[in-house]
Amino acid sequence: MKKFLAIVLCTVMVFVLAACKGKDDEADYSFADGDQYDYIGGELNILNWGEYIDEELIKIFEEETGVSVKYVKMTSNEEMLIKLRSADCVYDLCFPSDYIIEQLIAADMLLPLDKEKIPNAKNIADRMIQFTEVFDPGNKYSLPYMWGTVGILYNTKMVTEPVDSWNILWNEEYAGKIWQYDSVRDAIAVSLLRLGYDINTRNADEVDKAKDELIKQIPLLKGLGTDNIRSSMINNKAALAVIYSGDAFACMDENEDLAYVVPKEGSNVWFDNVVIPKTAKNVEAAHAFINFINDANLATRNCEFIYYSTPNQGALDRLDPFFIESETFNPSDEILSRCSVFHDLGSFVEVFNNAWSEFKSAMGN
Amino acid sequence: MKRRVFAYPYIVWMILFIAVPMLFIFYYAVNVGGTFTLTKLWSTLSDPAKWKVLWISVVMAFKTTVICLLLGYPIAYILSNMKRTVAGFISVLFFVPMWMNFVLRTYAWQAILEYFLPGLLGMEGTLTGTEGAVLMVLVYNFLPFMIMPLYNTLAKIDKSLIEASRDLGANGVKTFFRVILPLSVPGIVSGITMVFIPAITAFTVPALIGNGKYNLYGNEIELAFKTLSGQGDYAVGSTLSIILLLCVFVSTLIMNHFDKDQKQGGQMW
Repeated sequence: MKKFLAIVLCTVMVFVLAACKGKDDEADYSFADGDQYDYIGGELNILNWGEYIDEELIKIFEEETGVSVKYVKMTSNEEMLIKLRSADCVYDLCFPSDYIIEQLIAADMLLPLDKEKIPNAKNIADRMIQFTEVFDPGNKYSLPYMWGTVGILYNTKMVTEPVDSWNILWNEEYAGKIWQYDSVRDAIAVSLLRLGYDINTRNADEVDKAKDELIKQIPLLKGLGTDNIRSSMINNKAALAVIYSGDAFACMDENEDLAYVVPKEGSNVWFDNVVIPKTAKNVEAAHAFINFINDANLATRNCEFIYYSTPNQGALDRLDPFFIESETFNPSDEILSRCSVFHDLGSFVEVFNNAWSEFKSAMGN
Repeated sequence: MKRRVFAYPYIVWMILFIAVPMLFIFYYAVNVGGTFTLTKLWSTLSDPAKWKVLWISVVMAFKTTVICLLLGYPIAYILSNMKRTVAGFISVLFFVPMWMNFVLRTYAWQAILEYFLPGLLGMEGTLTGTEGAVLMVLVYNFLPFMIMPLYNTLAKIDKSLIEASRDLGANGVKTFFRVILPLSVPGIVSGITMVFIPAITAFTVPALIGNGKYNLYGNEIELAFKTLSGQGDYAVGSTLSIILLLCVFVSTLIMNHFDKDQKQGGQMW
């Protein structure tokens, strides 16, 4: 009897497994420009943020090129810097943010991109180039992968007054229902902007004032969050949150009471670009991968998966109006004109770090 | 002589994974960008905000330990008086959650306090992000570490001593305070050690349950490494780690002292 049961269970499991496999194989795709990839082989080590690519694309890339991809996730730019600085860095590709790229270029840690191997670079929208120009002139070392703004996500049922200023995050009416972002540059930028200062300020007094304002905000905060802000906002657990536009867009899709705004004082527009570290071993595969993800069809698909704004004009032409018509996903030039890119602060970053550490120490008192 | 050979792998292990990393911590505390300097060490040591966070952490760990002891002692005592088989079964129930990863359990509490309980009670807000919530989850996580040594000690107490005490006219309360409690001190001491030290170094719980609003010393160290390490600066984080190491060292010394006193006392009786 037991043997019989075991056989039945085994058979069921085999079928279940077979069914799963069948589903995976369904992936159908085509390249927008009929690209063909030669066999490259070897390994490609990618370092990227969590949930920041449609993993099906990796499988397609592996099939096309015979490269075996190792995809490692990171949670912060700082973590990535540590990995890239280490002597036995294995990564062939990674996706750092703007000001980190500036730092990496200055430290001579990146390989210039061979644009001839990336014909799909033509797909990058012109209006993006003017921003990336600021930290990587001529896109010599990097190509934009995803981008977005920083703004306020709010629940229209809980916040009935119009939201157009960072000031609302200091409004006592919403005490205990405000999420601040748990990141040095982002949180201090919010405070700097509210006071009318530049987010790339090199004036220690301004940073100090911004820090004092953040400390004043502590009693009003629900907390400091990153990814956890999403579920909290979707489930109506908080009224206001500092958030990246991509996350905001995904939240608004799940809860129709949510709205996103880039405040009138201005904000940060950020870019996560793809770069090849100097230590890369499979440079050929790295270039092929960059070209691959910039294919208009695949970029569209990737964007539909992760919901962050794409700099790829080809994808913008193909995406559903649901994406394109959203001011969150696709902000107007008017909104972007208020936003600026983070710069690497050089040694002045210490002033920011000290302010942040002082702010954190003031928590829980 | 031959037997000593079997200890070598452990000694190698200790040197590689305990002694060497500690030396690294000391090295990085006085080394910024490849040059020897005490400035970072000194500026960290003289920052009152950091000491304040340490004080908050010590108070939090103390509260956790006291609550764990008050909750854990009666449980261990009741268990020790049960039939061995029943007690074994019940203590397994206490330890089953520990088979799950600590971080996962904390995430589960986050969901309970954020969504489940407020929903059940019809509350509008949430229960996370308060000192009470952090304290409760710390107690939840460390309670088994208090019960385990207490139960072991209590179960080993010779029952004839209790009978003797009753025979000589002491009532239940007197027997407990004059016989059982003193005999269980070794269990209390190791329970306190096993709760206080992880509690003072806790950083997952305040981060997840406190919504990042309750910054304990562990979080302070994490912050120092995370924000500064991009610049290759480990001095501040290492200095903070050394201070915490010293705290742990001192509390272990105190606990050992109590333990030894008890053993000598036990022999005298």
